[in-house]
Amino acid sequence: MALTGLQIFKLLPKTNCKKCGKPTCLAFAMALAQKKANLDECPDASEETRASLAEASAPPIKAVQFGTGDGQVKVGQETVLFRHEEKFYNQTVVSVTVSDTLSGDALKARIEAINALQFDRVGTHIQVNSITIINESGSADSFAAAAEAVKAASSLAMILVSDSADALAAAVAKVADAKPLIAKATADNAEAVARIAKDNGCAVVAEAESIESLAELTEKIKAAGVEDIVLSLNETLKNRLYGLTQIKTLALKKSFRALGYPTISCVLEGKAEDQAVKAISLICKHSSIVVVETAEQYAMLPMLTAIMNIFTDPQKPVQVEPKLYAIGEVTDQSPVLFTTNFSLTYYTVESDAEGSRVPCYILVVDTEGTSVLTAYSGDKLNEKVVAAAITKCDVENIVKHRKLIIPGYVAVMSGKVEEETGWEVIVGPRESSMLPKFLQEIA
Amino acid sequence: MPVPKIAENFRGSVNKITLGATSADGGTRTTTVTVGGAANVVYAGSSESAGEKPIIAMDVLDVAPDDWPEHLLECYKDVIGDPAAWAKKCVEEYGADVICLKFDGIHPDKGDKDAEHAVKVTKDVLAAVGVPVILWGCNNYEKDNRIMPKVSEAAKGEKCLIGTVSESNYKSLTAIALADEHFLITEAPLDINIAKQVNILVSDMGFPLERVVTFQSTGALGYGIEYSYSIQERQRLATLGGDKMMAMPVICDIGSEAWRTKEAKAADAPGWGDAAKRGPLWEASTAVCLMQAGTDILRMRHPKAVATVKNFIDELY
Repeated sequence: MALTGLQIFKLLPKTNCKKCGKPTCLAFAMALAQKKANLDECPDASEETRASLAEASAPPIKAVQFGTGDGQVKVGQETVLFRHEEKFYNQTVVSVTVSDTLSGDALKARIEAINALQFDRVGTHIQVNSITIINESGSADSFAAAAEAVKAASSLAMILVSDSADALAAAVAKVADAKPLIAKATADNAEAVARIAKDNGCAVVAEAESIESLAELTEKIKAAGVEDIVLSLNETLKNRLYGLTQIKTLALKKSFRALGYPTISCVLEGKAEDQAVKAISLICKHSSIVVVETAEQYAMLPMLTAIMNIFTDPQKPVQVEPKLYAIGEVTDQSPVLFTTNFSLTYYTVESDAEGSRVPCYILVVDTEGTSVLTAYSGDKLNEKVVAAAITKCDVENIVKHRKLIIPGYVAVMSGKVEEETGWEVIVGPRESSMLPKFLQEIA
Repeated sequence: MPVPKIAENFRGSVNKITLGATSADGGTRTTTVTVGGAANVVYAGSSESAGEKPIIAMDVLDVAPDDWPEHLLECYKDVIGDPAAWAKKCVEEYGADVICLKFDGIHPDKGDKDAEHAVKVTKDVLAAVGVPVILWGCNNYEKDNRIMPKVSEAAKGEKCLIGTVSESNYKSLTAIALADEHFLITEAPLDINIAKQVNILVSDMGFPLERVVTFQSTGALGYGIEYSYSIQERQRLATLGGDKMMAMPVICDIGSEAWRTKEAKAADAPGWGDAAKRGPLWEASTAVCLMQAGTDILRMRHPKAVATVKNFIDELY
């Protein structure tokens, strides 16, 4: 946990030499605590002081990376238990399994299907970004061959899962340069698996049945020279969810270093639907990596969308691209309405416009992601902004009429908008829910 | 290795409420359901502090819906337009814990039905099923104020959950729910301060806070769910901190929001998978996601989504 100003002060030389630019060591200590100064500015700080400050400023949950190049992923380094407190930083990695009992075309098809789990929704690209190879065959050779095939056919970050250290060694030997995450080290094989991870510069999964034994295991792995650890609590879904919250709370609130690592959870059984909702629960409640067996598109889309939503920055309004959106089979006579680019505002209007079954255009003006009333009172929505959007989106060439429907809440803008744009203004409803009726009446 | 203890000094918990009145209690319900009681955030502490398990209220509309997508409509094609049969099907075939009777048809734009219609539907549904019932207006203030008091009266003694009341329209429904001894839903537009304000307003009218359920407004997965999610988490934290004005169980309107989305509706969306499975899963995903932030009552529509969510709840509670 971060040190307070007074705790830092005790570690400083207390000479008040002013070389750091601050009048006293105490003032410097306060600045350090607020991260407004850097310890390097003090020429007389001892090695010991540097070490304790570095230790104290290390993130409470370590960041761990695996995979290489474009396929590299980063998990961990979260700072809060609730997204509204700040935000969640490193998106949950969804990994889909490949069994090493597959080979040849079946194996290739499975890898292709996983590579293809990519979606574009509301202007954002979302995708599965890891493949987990499971040593179901029990054979080290099949495991190594499957890992090699995945490496050849996919750039996604790899997770290798086997109970056997020998099988892991054989597979890692083939794909070490792809920096796979090695799973799993248990109390029984910790030394052997940690050695494979250390020799190949890979991260390792530590798995145990309880939080206490997990803490013990990470210390053992760390002592063996591996610091990039991912925690796996081998428990029922229910106990795992409670455990994940406990692990994150201990790391963040108690600075308990032995559990200050990202986490991984597997949901490998059940129907695609059941896997998807369990995965969503794990995504919301602190699993850094979620491994699923299903590669169904209809199951993956909600999981990835949940990640997108839960990991948005609560301080920053989510925006849609300011442009002209066509709803339904529009023609050059279709009505044009405008709204702002705050995503919630836009989606509400879009959904109600669709519900009207009247083809229309929605002109989204850039109000820096604020809603209609907020934008208007902050002068981010005025006649000039509207006129600029009409020009930029070439609306005058797309439709033949010159009628613009404006949100009922900003009816007061009507005159100025007419003057600035030369368009006739029609005042729309105040509430979006009244749009269907409104559009049906004017159409 | 011993791990440090996590000590919580919470001063509050979510109110526990029991919906429905059996004959012993002056009503005609054959079952009651109890929700609320959580004394920690979701999955923190031990599972004993999780409170009662979330329940599923299946939507029954007073009139035939005209905007439901095919995959949803087909589950009800034999009962659409017959609310009593519809409610019975939800309870007997789909395992609804509670029926949410939604009065869309009284809305001036959706049929403009009168009180006689609403009262008849209410009585029919109460007679057809033994589970507790939620009575939910059409969100047109003028019509709700005129019709919902009659609905409330028709269900007097059944300890229904009735709503919704909002900051700018709460007086008539609050008064009648108080007189008829129902539970009340307070609604806020994704604004935690307004949510608290509505609770204060109804409480000032003498409505007991222990009979209130809050509705923060629901965003579907992919369509603003994160706003509902964080408000519900903040409400739970306020509850645990001892704020009596926030300590109500939470209801979410999953079904209608999820089934408005493209992901649920689009029949032909290349690369998005089978629509017959995608829609129900979108609804189930919205439900499970919001449960992670603390939800006590889930209003839902598709039987497959209900089944998926029930499986999940059974594994967790």
